[in-house]
Amino acid sequence: MSKNLTAKAAFIVGILLVFVFGFLGIPHGGLKQSILRHINLGLDLKGGVHLVLQVHVAEALTSATDHDVARLEADLQKAGITGTTVGKTDPQNPETIVVSGIPSTRLADARGVMEGTDYSSYDVATNATGNTTLTMKQSAIADLYTRTLNTSIDTIRERIDKLGVTEPQIQKYGLGENEILVELPGVKDPAEVEDVIQSTAKLSIHAVVGGPYGTDADALQANNGVIPPDSMLVHGVGSAGMPDQVWLLKRTSEVEGTDFRDAQPSTDQNGRPNIRFTLTTEAGDRFYKYTSTHSKSSSTPGSMAIVLDNKVREVAGIDSAIRDNGEITGGFTKQQASDLSLMLRTGALPASISYLETRVVGPSLGAASIRQGVIAAVAGMLAVMIFMLIYYKGAGINADLALILNLVILLGFMGFAGATLTLPGIAGVILTIGMGVDSNVLIFERIREELRNGKSTPVAVQQGFAHAWTTIFDTHVTTIVSAAILFLFGSGPVQGFAVTLVFGLLANLFTAVYVSRVIFDAVLERKERGASLSI
Amino acid sequence: MELFHNPNIDWLGKKWYFLGFSLIFSIAGILSLAFWHHIPLGVDFKGGTQIRVDFTQMPNEEHVRHAMDQAGVRDFTIQRVSDPSGHAANKVIIALPESTASDTAHDAGREAVENALSANYHDSGFTIEQVQIVGPTAGKQLQEQAIQATLYSLLGMLIYLWFRFELIYGVAAVAAVFHDTLITIGAFSLTNKEITLTVIAAILTLIGYSMNDTIVVFDRIRENLALSRREPLADLVNRSINQTLSRTVISSGLTFLTVLCLYLFGGEVLNGFSFALVVGILIGTYSSIAVAAPMLVAYQEWRSKRGKTAVLPAAKRART
Repeated sequence: MSKNLTAKAAFIVGILLVFVFGFLGIPHGGLKQSILRHINLGLDLKGGVHLVLQVHVAEALTSATDHDVARLEADLQKAGITGTTVGKTDPQNPETIVVSGIPSTRLADARGVMEGTDYSSYDVATNATGNTTLTMKQSAIADLYTRTLNTSIDTIRERIDKLGVTEPQIQKYGLGENEILVELPGVKDPAEVEDVIQSTAKLSIHAVVGGPYGTDADALQANNGVIPPDSMLVHGVGSAGMPDQVWLLKRTSEVEGTDFRDAQPSTDQNGRPNIRFTLTTEAGDRFYKYTSTHSKSSSTPGSMAIVLDNKVREVAGIDSAIRDNGEITGGFTKQQASDLSLMLRTGALPASISYLETRVVGPSLGAASIRQGVIAAVAGMLAVMIFMLIYYKGAGINADLALILNLVILLGFMGFAGATLTLPGIAGVILTIGMGVDSNVLIFERIREELRNGKSTPVAVQQGFAHAWTTIFDTHVTTIVSAAILFLFGSGPVQGFAVTLVFGLLANLFTAVYVSRVIFDAVLERKERGASLSI
Repeated sequence: MELFHNPNIDWLGKKWYFLGFSLIFSIAGILSLAFWHHIPLGVDFKGGTQIRVDFTQMPNEEHVRHAMDQAGVRDFTIQRVSDPSGHAANKVIIALPESTASDTAHDAGREAVENALSANYHDSGFTIEQVQIVGPTAGKQLQEQAIQATLYSLLGMLIYLWFRFELIYGVAAVAAVFHDTLITIGAFSLTNKEITLTVIAAILTLIGYSMNDTIVVFDRIRENLALSRREPLADLVNRSINQTLSRTVISSGLTFLTVLCLYLFGGEVLNGFSFALVVGILIGTYSSIAVAAPMLVAYQEWRSKRGKTAVLPAAKRART
C-alpha cells in the first residue's frame, strides 16, 4: 500500500476506535448494555412521566406592583406629601401605578421620590390632569418574569428531588418565558407528581380570639352579631380530632409558611404522626415575644390555632414560651405529615401554575416500541446490505462497511453529545440509512456509467466519485440546512429528529465518500493494471 | 447485475398522465380534508385525554363502556388496539375530547377513567400503559410550532437551492415536496389515521427524502446543461432522468424496503409513523420525476413564449 493510503487507513481506524471506545468505554456486560449506558433514551422509549406546565408569571407582576404601591404610599408620607392616592386603576395593566392628588406645589418633591433608586424599574410620567403614573419598564418586567420562572424551576426541582426520582429533567421549555418541562423517567403516576409540584402549603399560626362555636350563627351571636374587623371565622377540618367547629381567630398571623426553616415528619408522645418544625431566627424572635406574653403563667394567657389551607388543624394552649422549635399535631396520616413537611421545607411557588401537557408512557410500552423498532430497523438494514452485496458484488462490501461505520459514528456522536434517542429520532436514523445507501448507489452507478463509456478502471473510479460528490454535497447540505432550522423552531420530538439527522448526515459524508474511496483505492492498488473492478 | 441498461423513456411526454395522477390524488386528499375526515389530528395537536389500557383479560367492550357511563364519564370513545400479529388484542384506547382537558381541570378526565376502571376491574386486573393529556393551549402551540418549523425549513431549502442552482429549481423542488406532503396528509385523512407528533417526524423525513431525490435529478440536469447547451430542454431533462433512473429505483427501492420492514414489524406504536413513510417514499420518488422536472421544462417554455431568453439553462456550474 502506498504511504498516503496507509495514513488514510490509519486515520479511519483511529476515528473508528475513538467512536467505539469513546462512547462504549471498554465494552462489558454485552453490546446492548454498553450502548444503553451511553445513549439517553427518550421517555417515549424508556417510560416515565412528561409534564409541561405553565407558570402564571403575570401574578408575580401583580404582587410586585402591589408591594410597590404600599411602599410608595409610605415613602410619600415620609416625605411629608399628604392627600395623595396611590393605586392601580386598570386591572388589565397591572404594571401601571397611578398617583393622584399630589398638591401642585409638591409635585417636584413627589417626582423626586418616584424617580429615586427605589423605583428605578419604573418610567414616571405626569399627565395634563396632574396624575402621575409609574409604569414598569419592559426590561424590568422581562427580568421579573425570568426570575419568577427560575424560582419556580428551583422550587419544583427541590420538591421533585425529594420524591427520589433518578435523573429528573426540569428545564425551561418553549419559546416563551413561562413554560417548564418536567421529565421523570421510570415514574408511573402523574397524579402524585402533580400534587407534589402544585401544592403550596398555606400554613399559618393565629391567636385565638374566641370559640369554639358550633356554627357560624352561634359565633355571631356570641359576639353580639359583629365579627371584629381584625378577626375572622375559621372552620375545623371536620375530623375526630378537630370537629367542624368554628373559631374566631386574629386575622394577622403570628407565623406564616415562609417563616419555616425546616420541617420534619415525626410522631408525638402518643405515637401519632406530627410535624416538628424550626423557624427562621427572625420569626423565632417574633414568636418568642408573642408566646411569652401569652403563656399559661403570664397575665394574658391565650391559645393558638394552626391553620392549614384555611382549615383549623389544631388549637393549643400556650404552655410556655416557644422560640424557634415546635411541633404541629393535627390528626395527620403518616403520608400527610410527610407531604406537609416537604411543602413547608420547600416553600411556596412564586406564582401559580397550570398543566399544559401530561404524558405517561408505561415502561412496558416503551420497551415494546424500542424492541420492535430495533427489530424492524435491523431487518431493514440487513435486507439493504444483502441487496448491495448481490447487486454491486465487491463494491457492495464498501457500501456495507460504510453503512456499519456510519451507524457506529452516529451512536458515538449521540453518546458523546448527550443527545437523546426518541421515536422520531429513529426516523432520523432511517433517513440517514436511506441517504447513506443512496450516496453509495450514486457513486457506484456513476462509476458503472464511466466504465460503460470506456474509461479505464482508475479513471472511472476517480470520475465517479468526483461527479457523485457534487450531488451528495447538495443533497446533504440541503437536508442539514432544513434540519438545523427544524432544531431552532421545532419542539422536543422534532428536535430529536433534527439532531439525529444532522449527526447521521455528517457521519455519512465521511463514511460514504471518504472511507468508501479509500477502500476503492486500496483495492485498485492491489489489482493488475487493466483488471476489471467488481462493481 | 444491472436493472436498467440505457433506458430511453420519454418521461416528459407522459406529463399529462402524471398531472392527472397527481390531481386525482391531491383532489381526493383535499376533498377528504375539506368534507370527510378533515385532518385527523391526534391528541397531541387537538388536545384532550387519551388513555391506553392493557387488560390482563379482554373484557367485553360493552362492559367497559357501561363502566365509564356509570362513573359519569361523557363523550368518550373506546378503540381496540389491533396488532397485525394478533398479540395485543386486549388493549384499548379510551379517548376523551378536548373539553375534558381544559388547562384548569387538566386531569379530571383521567381520574374519572381510572376510578371507573379500578371500581370495575380490580379483580381481573389492568395496567395503564400510556396517558396523554394535552390541554388546548399546548395542542395549539404544538400545531403552530410544527407548521412553522416545516415552513421555515422549506424556505431554508429554497434559499439554498436558489444559491446553488437557480430560483426556479428551488421553487420546483419545494412545489414537489409540498405536493408529496399534501398527498400524504390526504392519505391520512382518507384512511382516518391519526396524525401525531411522531407522524410529523415521518412527514419531515419524507420531505428530506423527496428533496434528496429531486436534487439528484436536478444535479444531473445542471451537469448536462453545462455540457450540451443546444439540446432541447425536454430531451435533456428526459435524458437526465433516464441516466439517474437506476439509482432512483435502487435507492428508493432499498429505502422502501427498510420502511416496509418498519411498517410490518414495527408494532402498532410505530404504525402511523411507518405508514407515512411507506406512502411518502413512493410519492416522493414519483414526484421528483413527475412533478419537479416537468416544472423546469414548463417554466422554460413559458419564458420562451414570452420572448425572453432562457435564464434557466445558464445554470451556474457546480462549485464544489
